[in-house]
Amino acid sequence: MINFLILPLLIPFLTGILLIFFAKNVVIQRWIAAISALFNVVIAFLLVQKVRNDGIQTLDVSSWQAPFGITLVSDMLSALLVLTTTIIAFTSIIYSFRSIGVEREKYFYYPALNFLIVGVIGAFTTGDIFNLFVFFEVLLMASYVLLVLGGTKIQLRETIKYILVNVISSALFVIAVAYLYSVVGTLNMAHISVRLDDLGQSGIITVIAVLFLIVFGLKGGIFPLYFWLPGSYYAPPAPVMALFGALLTKVGVYAIMRTYTLFFIHDTGYTHQLLMILTIITIVVGVIGAIAFSDIKKIIIYNIIVAIGVILFGVSVMTPDSLTGSVFYLIHDMVIKAALFLLIGIMIAITGTSDLRKISGLIRRYPGLGWTFFIAALVLAGIPPFSGFVGKVLIVKGGFESEQFWGAGIVLASSLLVLFSIMKIFINGFWGTPQDYKGETNVPVRKLLIAPVILVTISVLYGVGSEIIFPYISQAAETLANPSVYIEAVLKEW
Amino acid sequence: METSMSILIGVLFTIGTYLILTKSLLRIILGTSIISHGVNLLILTMGGLKSGGPPLLGQHDTTFTDSLPQALILTAIVINFAVTALFLVLSYRTYKTLGTDNMDQLRGIEDE
Repeated sequence: MINFLILPLLIPFLTGILLIFFAKNVVIQRWIAAISALFNVVIAFLLVQKVRNDGIQTLDVSSWQAPFGITLVSDMLSALLVLTTTIIAFTSIIYSFRSIGVEREKYFYYPALNFLIVGVIGAFTTGDIFNLFVFFEVLLMASYVLLVLGGTKIQLRETIKYILVNVISSALFVIAVAYLYSVVGTLNMAHISVRLDDLGQSGIITVIAVLFLIVFGLKGGIFPLYFWLPGSYYAPPAPVMALFGALLTKVGVYAIMRTYTLFFIHDTGYTHQLLMILTIITIVVGVIGAIAFSDIKKIIIYNIIVAIGVILFGVSVMTPDSLTGSVFYLIHDMVIKAALFLLIGIMIAITGTSDLRKISGLIRRYPGLGWTFFIAALVLAGIPPFSGFVGKVLIVKGGFESEQFWGAGIVLASSLLVLFSIMKIFINGFWGTPQDYKGETNVPVRKLLIAPVILVTISVLYGVGSEIIFPYISQAAETLANPSVYIEAVLKEW
Repeated sequence: METSMSILIGVLFTIGTYLILTKSLLRIILGTSIISHGVNLLILTMGGLKSGGPPLLGQHDTTFTDSLPQALILTAIVINFAVTALFLVLSYRTYKTLGTDNMDQLRGIEDE
């Protein structure tokens, strides 16, 4: 069982390769993709249990000892994120059956989707900074393909911008790794942490910390670096949008969490203060965008930016409470964003437009869709029995404990405006007089609804059963708050 | 040696940044290419340019140059090669479909 933690990575990888051979046979592709994704959910669940029982799992690839080879590390945070990723992958795949269209499916849609999952899971699991870069490239390359697949005008245009931004941020990532390597002389994350501990935080380390913040901020979409996100996420079809919104930015968020709790912890006065200011502005900008637009895609896209701000605000505060809240909120947000994108995907399929002013009265004809959306909206805003609540409470509590009243206050106020923005969709889109839309009879709403209902159910259970889940989350946050646990698990003899 | 390399890399980055900020799509791709050259040279320089034998065990040298940055560069080169190939094909396709390579005319969202 020592190779267990590589399995969630290997399964989509092999599936992706296998699917290339069945490119023209869509039915076989669907079956293989769905079954392997479901199998992967089970594997990831077992991995979470294993980490829960036996502590952090590490795997030295090819048995080269820890700082010299590549080490894969599965602590509770990464195991939970892997589980969430596999669930989102599975639901996106079954949603794709009815929505993506045979033309796209014939041109390597499922292989690209599987390779995207490989990149995301690899980025969550790796313990080596350059390997993290490689997995970033794997997921980015797959995301370019998924974004442009279909080749409509808007997709071509937005893919150019998306590739350009990511090529530049990847170049910056390599620069940051090169600088860090010249200072510490190692690439293993745990070993870097040990070396930085010996060096103390000199000026150059702070510079590298800010450079990493720029790199991962570009991937994750924090305040001055989010400009590419609204346009790029607007272009692709709904299941791809759900994958992007739920996974891609969260990989950047995870990388910031990792580096800012493992590497750069010796001069938090500067780096974490900077992060805090940026996250607060991120929340404000996201909220402004979310209430400004009357386009349902844009509203959800700006809600991603708000959530990134909230999660990273918890990280920048660095109290045990706020870190726990961040982990809790991160997983909640991944699930609910995927669900919301899939739901608005159905709305757009029915109405043929994403303009809120042209939609009304959907709940008369589609009560299932309407009430699922309503619950999802409450979950997103963090109404108490649901899952957004616990995470935000802990983040706000951490903020008040460390006397960051402004930041915590803005996190609280943002919930209200997020609720307003999402209820705007509900009230304008679902209430009012029913309309007839062109081509709505062709939309298999019931079948499409399966995937978002699964996700919404999971996030409701996640909130209601937070008592059961909490030990897992606090185990994840413990590694973040206390990096020596991580270091000891990777470098056994140190 | 490191100093002159740093200056050269700085020049490459300047040119790359300038090209990325221009309007023509092809210039932008050239810019990203030049930046990635700068990045690769930067890894090499940051690994140290102390003289030593090539990292081959059969060479009877006592000191070797650092082999790790060379492996990193090799990885970065092929990744960048693939991305550039995709980017070029994409820009060709965009030119075919939209009929322009001017970034100013690639603005906006279809239904706004």
